[in-house]
Amino acid sequence: MKIFKILTVLAVVIVASAFTSSVVDKGYKIGDIATDFKLENIDGNMVSMADYNEAKGFIVIFTCNTCPYAVLYEDRIVALDEKYASKGYPVIAIMPNDTDIMPGDSMEAMKSRATTKGFSFPYLMDKGQKIYPQYGATKTPHVYVLQKTKKGNEVKYIGAIDDNYKDPALVNTKYVENAVDALLDGKEINETKTRAIGCSIKVKK
Amino acid sequence: MRYIIVLCLLVFVSCKNEQKTSEDLNQIADVETISVEDIKLEIYDFNGLEKFLNQNDEKVHVVNFWATWCAPCVKELPHFEALQENYKSKGVEVLLVSLDFPNQYEKKLKPFIVKYNLKSRILVLDDVDMNTWIPKINKDWDGAIPVTIIYNKDKRQFYNQTFTYNELEKELKQFLN
Repeated sequence: MKIFKILTVLAVVIVASAFTSSVVDKGYKIGDIATDFKLENIDGNMVSMADYNEAKGFIVIFTCNTCPYAVLYEDRIVALDEKYASKGYPVIAIMPNDTDIMPGDSMEAMKSRATTKGFSFPYLMDKGQKIYPQYGATKTPHVYVLQKTKKGNEVKYIGAIDDNYKDPALVNTKYVENAVDALLDGKEINETKTRAIGCSIKVKK
Repeated sequence: MRYIIVLCLLVFVSCKNEQKTSEDLNQIADVETISVEDIKLEIYDFNGLEKFLNQNDEKVHVVNFWATWCAPCVKELPHFEALQENYKSKGVEVLLVSLDFPNQYEKKLKPFIVKYNLKSRILVLDDVDMNTWIPKINKDWDGAIPVTIIYNKDKRQFYNQTFTYNELEKELKQFLN
């Protein structure tokens, strides 16, 4: 009986510590190799980074329909793809929320939003929510700039799009553009990690 | 109309001062609800907010960062309200820092405060330079909300999580002597 008690306590401790550590250092750091994915796009096709033979890298953006911050950045995400897809860094948008909790992020809603806003890039559903935890995305929008290398797609930048969510005209620093420009020029990225307020990714409890 | 003006004054006084008036207010508020016009928001940039995060007094400060658009924030808000109500006599002060967008103050934030009859003090943080101020609040915070800080003059704890009432109370008790 006593042993049983000890085992129970031990199990609780292990579970608790596993939970804590997963909260603290989950996800990629700069320099890690990002996993590829095979996720359904709004046009019904499956999309992987491996499909892009010509790309030099990717601007992977975890975003959604329902977060006001993500909505404020929609036009700027379209502009990023317009500017950088032809230079070898296309945008791939991934919607990470559980759609039972956020029905406004359903595949139908994603299609409709992408049409309205003229998304020129894939808008993928992280069905089963397997991809975003590997990246360590915690909120929308959350950007990962990846560079194709021999080892795989290397994480070069993590964070926000720029430093003024409210007004694109008042932006001082375009973090993502600076990062991709640096990669294109073969230079060091000035700021590899930035932070911004965002909506937490919605998961069933 | 006169009633509303009196109520408005009471709200103002209760924000600034002591519990007695806010208890009076509770009784009045049950009868007559506060209207949107009565609410005057306290809006700060991060420099202005910082003093509320570092008050060197005898109280325990519970500071919650939230927004009306943040579903998990809204869900846990009643727990902070209840904590304020149950512990205000023990020197606990709950501060709700809203991150709502300025263009939503009138349309969403004020009606929300009225609808849920929020009693805790509410501040509004309007500062776009997040990459500068987020790490000043906590170096491990990447910006997802809700987050909560509990502090007194001796110690401080940052919580990147949502709370049930019991969880919140348990954390608070570590700060009460």
